[in-house]
Amino acid sequence: MQHTISVIVENDFGVLSRVATLFSGRGFNIESLSVAPTNEDGLSRMTIVTRGDEQVLEQINKQLNKLIDVLKVLDFSDDSAIERELALIKVSAEDDARAEVLRVVDIFRAKIIDVTPKSYTIEATGNPLKIDAILDLLRPLGLKEVVRTGSVAIGRGAKGWNG
Amino acid sequence: MRFHMKMNGARIMLECLKKEGVDTVFGYPGGTVINLYDELFNFKEIHHILPRHEQAGTHAADGYARATGKVGVAIATSGPGATNTVTGIATAYMDSTPMVIITGQVPTALIGNDAFQEVDIIGITRPCTKHSFLIRDVKDIALTMKKAFYLARSGRPGPVLVDFPKDVQMAMGEFHYPETVEIRGYKPNLSGHPRQVEKAVAMILDSKRPVMYVGGGAVLGNAAEPLTALARKLSVPVTTTLMGLGAFPENDDLSLGMLGMHGAYCANMAMSNSDLIIAIGARFDDRVTGKLSTFAPHAKIIHIDVDPTSIKKNVRVDLPIVGDVNDVLTKMIKQVDKSDDKLPGFIADLASWNADIADWKEKHPLSYKQSSTVIKPQFVIQKLRELSDDDAIISTDVGQHQMWTAQFFKFNKPRTLLTSGGLGTMGFGLPSAMGAQAAYPDRQVITICGDGGIQMNIQEMATLVQNRLPVKIVILNNNFLGMVRQWQELFFDKRYSSTCMELPINYIKLADAYGAKGFLAKKPGEVEDVIKQGFEEKGPVIMEFMIAREEKVLPMVPAGASLNEMVLNA
Repeated sequence: MQHTISVIVENDFGVLSRVATLFSGRGFNIESLSVAPTNEDGLSRMTIVTRGDEQVLEQINKQLNKLIDVLKVLDFSDDSAIERELALIKVSAEDDARAEVLRVVDIFRAKIIDVTPKSYTIEATGNPLKIDAILDLLRPLGLKEVVRTGSVAIGRGAKGWNG
Repeated sequence: MRFHMKMNGARIMLECLKKEGVDTVFGYPGGTVINLYDELFNFKEIHHILPRHEQAGTHAADGYARATGKVGVAIATSGPGATNTVTGIATAYMDSTPMVIITGQVPTALIGNDAFQEVDIIGITRPCTKHSFLIRDVKDIALTMKKAFYLARSGRPGPVLVDFPKDVQMAMGEFHYPETVEIRGYKPNLSGHPRQVEKAVAMILDSKRPVMYVGGGAVLGNAAEPLTALARKLSVPVTTTLMGLGAFPENDDLSLGMLGMHGAYCANMAMSNSDLIIAIGARFDDRVTGKLSTFAPHAKIIHIDVDPTSIKKNVRVDLPIVGDVNDVLTKMIKQVDKSDDKLPGFIADLASWNADIADWKEKHPLSYKQSSTVIKPQFVIQKLRELSDDDAIISTDVGQHQMWTAQFFKFNKPRTLLTSGGLGTMGFGLPSAMGAQAAYPDRQVITICGDGGIQMNIQEMATLVQNRLPVKIVILNNNFLGMVRQWQELFFDKRYSSTCMELPINYIKLADAYGAKGFLAKKPGEVEDVIKQGFEEKGPVIMEFMIAREEKVLPMVPAGASLNEMVLNA
């Protein structure tokens, strides 16, 4: 079962390493991880996409909470959150393919952010399934390089994470 | 405004230790702690003990903490000094000992440059500390130490490492020790939820075959008193893990002794046939549960622990109670008192369960075959119990002697057994006894070791003699790494690969070399005399017993077998 977890942490040295050590030491899986400071002073937010059965996910949750630098663990298992990812995609585009790339970009409401006679670089955002889908369509044209940020997630509704 | 004298960071550190009530530290000097040691030279409030190896110093701080319940403090220099503490830190982490380890570090400007004796000790110890700090500024010392001690001793205790660069030790600053501390990401839940307590007591009063399964958390949480009171009030039998020994008196009729791989038959049978297991500060370790899929098949489980991660980690739990075990048990006693209409019927119904248990106790008690020609290790342990003080503190190494001690010594008081249960660290026995003796100079402190483990920290004999710490060292010598040999005998067709200690050591001469006394028993008839002679000595002593070489620890649940599939004779 895939899960997205947001972790609010102290923006201290070594925090990322503590979280990473926890996952590797206990054999938990990280599918993607993104970290950046939040609007609140001294706090960062990690979004971790992980995999495991219910017992493993409960342990991940508890073990993260046990870390001293972790203030809050938000477990977005139940469609209670909006998830987005950004991808930068460099794709071969010559002759007829150039028009095809533009059509795909249009369909996915993506953007061309760099262009050469032989290639386009595309910026695409959306939930991770949408990113998978655009990549699937562009793959036959020749993907040269793909960078994905990993998911970020935010809860639905008016409330912030701490009320 | 109050006047505050300026002092250097090293002195501020010592003032912090004093504020935390530290009276004894175990440490080893070196280049990056030389400033700290210079301040220590004239700092009379703290007694410093110099071990002969930083690993031993860390175990000594651990032994001090286990025996007293206070936070143990160890100091080491950067680089190799710091890495030598790692086994000690991991040992403390696995058994949740409250400890603060202060390591010197190269000056902040040099960190990351591969400087002389630089090592990333915070990185190395991250998986085996509760938390760690690098102090970058003299202004941060006091708050950091306040946090370090608070973290080490509160919630589920554990070791906290403080990395202390040399330039911060030399920098001048003012000393203000914070009265309180607030760590926003750390709020241990100490108070057991009253609804859960109510439900737990209702579940107990509805059960027919209950058993209390008690771990080291009951010792760490100072819960021996409410635990004993609750068990007696309910007439519910109690089994403990290795780490829980002493939390419930083994001379009580309700005691089943230790459970698990080398536990008592009655304890493992009680767990396997129980309809309600009340787990108290225990963590369902693999050495306790045996094969998980067949563990306690008929039982509902109530699990009381201060650490939520322990709950549902290995086994399903029907009723979790997160909280300090002392608090929860005290609340349970009050709740039982409120349900006193149900209590007599419950206790009356327990008669058949307690009769089953009495049967198991009688059918297969812990036993061994006495011999008139060769010393049986179990006999030495029984004699040690008989001849030692009631409040004697026992430490062990790891292996056969540890299990014989757990089976035959009979612990009646908490904090009288110091043993490395989680990590299983050979070499723990002697230095941890040293730490306990430093805390209690007037109590009898005995370390029981094998001939393997004793050699892993034998150098601490010098520390004992120098500091007049009269630890009684018992060596059960079979010239084997006995526990591994036992496994090789049972599961590897007696191929004794590298388990025979072929060179016999003259421990009597060795004791003499350190300026201590040594006594040797080769025959059963000499056991009592050697123990008496050893106990009468004022200083540290080695008592060596040449024991039956291929004696095995029994009964035994083979690794991967179910708890009720015990090998009783092999």
